[in-house]
Amino acid sequence: MKAYYKPAVFILSLIPFAMLIYYVFTGQLTANPIEFITHHTGDWALYFLLITLSITPLRIITGTNAFTRYRRMLGLFAFFYACLHVTTYFVLDQFFDFQAILDDIVKRPYITVGFTAFVLLVPLAITSTQKMVIRLGNRWRQLHSMIYLITGLAILHYYWLVKADTRTPLTLALIFTVLLLLRLKWVKQARTALFSPK
Amino acid sequence: MLIKQANKIKPSEITSKSDYLSRRSFIQAAVHAGMAGAAVNTGLMFCSTSALAAPLENVIKNPLFSTDEELTDLESISTYNNFLEFGNKKEDASEKAANFKIRPWTITVEGECDKPGIYDIEDIVKPYQLEERIYRLRCIEGWSMVIPWIGFPLSDVLKRFEPNSNAKFVTFTTVYRPEEMPGQIKNKNVKWPYMEALRIDEAMHPLTILAVGLYGEDLLNQNGAPIRLIVPWKYGIKGPKSIVKISFVSEQPQTIWTLLDPKEFGFYSNVNPEVDHPRWSQRKERRIGVFMKQDTPMFNGYADQVASMYTGMDLKINF
Repeated sequence: MKAYYKPAVFILSLIPFAMLIYYVFTGQLTANPIEFITHHTGDWALYFLLITLSITPLRIITGTNAFTRYRRMLGLFAFFYACLHVTTYFVLDQFFDFQAILDDIVKRPYITVGFTAFVLLVPLAITSTQKMVIRLGNRWRQLHSMIYLITGLAILHYYWLVKADTRTPLTLALIFTVLLLLRLKWVKQARTALFSPK
Repeated sequence: MLIKQANKIKPSEITSKSDYLSRRSFIQAAVHAGMAGAAVNTGLMFCSTSALAAPLENVIKNPLFSTDEELTDLESISTYNNFLEFGNKKEDASEKAANFKIRPWTITVEGECDKPGIYDIEDIVKPYQLEERIYRLRCIEGWSMVIPWIGFPLSDVLKRFEPNSNAKFVTFTTVYRPEEMPGQIKNKNVKWPYMEALRIDEAMHPLTILAVGLYGEDLLNQNGAPIRLIVPWKYGIKGPKSIVKISFVSEQPQTIWTLLDPKEFGFYSNVNPEVDHPRWSQRKERRIGVFMKQDTPMFNGYADQVASMYTGMDLKINF
């Protein structure tokens, strides 16, 4: 694996953030900038969750471990964009109106599930270091399997938010489902049967 | 090529004002005399400037029905649109409506009235004094604008069709043209065409207008050209654009939104900070161009004029 691959993935993952900065300085945030920033960061948090979840299927299908080394970074980028998303909501959207925020979290199911997804993401980010992996051992794996729940909640959050057109969240749900199905045993067995030397 | 070049030249540069006015009066005279449709249409074709909005003449301001709040800029009004016929993204309408044809245009009037028929748009618009009305527009999604509409009271138009005593509700239907409106094909869970309705007293209310322009010019395609409904105390979804049919009915009809989801969208859809949308609060709104959210007033600030129409009604049930 070439040494510059990892920095390259890092830079690529920053592109959505760079786009946002570019839009800010070129006045392309539309007539409703706060909504635009909220959607942009939320979209990318969810995309990075799905990208992170595609590493294991990639390993199963290709039979190499080459992509696994980027998984932590991609997961942390999901957290990074989720942080921007939540910060945008707290600061730009609600402007620290904690009563309104609390009302939203309690009364609005789409915010309840979205906020839950974010809260669950925090311990995963904290325990993402190599040290923690070793220290937690088997429990680390259990803890980090929460990403499935988090991704499901994030998609539900999106689905409950849209007014009329549910195509995008449904497409993401489909991708999520495919990524889960690709983890089933028979995929691995099929690959072994097809490509293993007799 | 020729056509493209012609479009770059402003109408005011090629036609002197007096010529322009005399052409108008020719068209008016033609319509008055009830000339053959072909002749009228030729005139109308001449009138329509496809991409360029023409300034509207003889518009008076109506301060009685206008707010003095700061206007939302035209850039925002013309690029941030919910016009599902062209797509679900706010920018879809301004990007995809350029080739939408707004002439020739007719409006079919039908149902419980004595003067049903197919009326040419010029015939509908012509008799009225155009007024500028600066109204608040509150979207059900939680944002708002202040827009200087140009139009005339709907009641004046409806009276011409002589609704009978069975006319309890009025429906308004947007044009169905999937070949020009990609959203009508892509959005499969919506029952096209877009149809909205008002109770007859709401339709006859002096605040309710048909708009044909904004910011002193013809309505842009993305804002619902050539003619749309504005009901300022209701959420924006109650203002169908590009209207081709007006129908007087005796029963409360289903509308595009109540058909889509009756739990989320009520028939009345009056702006009401006390009644949450099932998924979000309606207590506050974001005025486009303003950083801090602001409180949403009852009936979008038009309570003094309209609240009496709903006395005795439970607005939590009739939302």
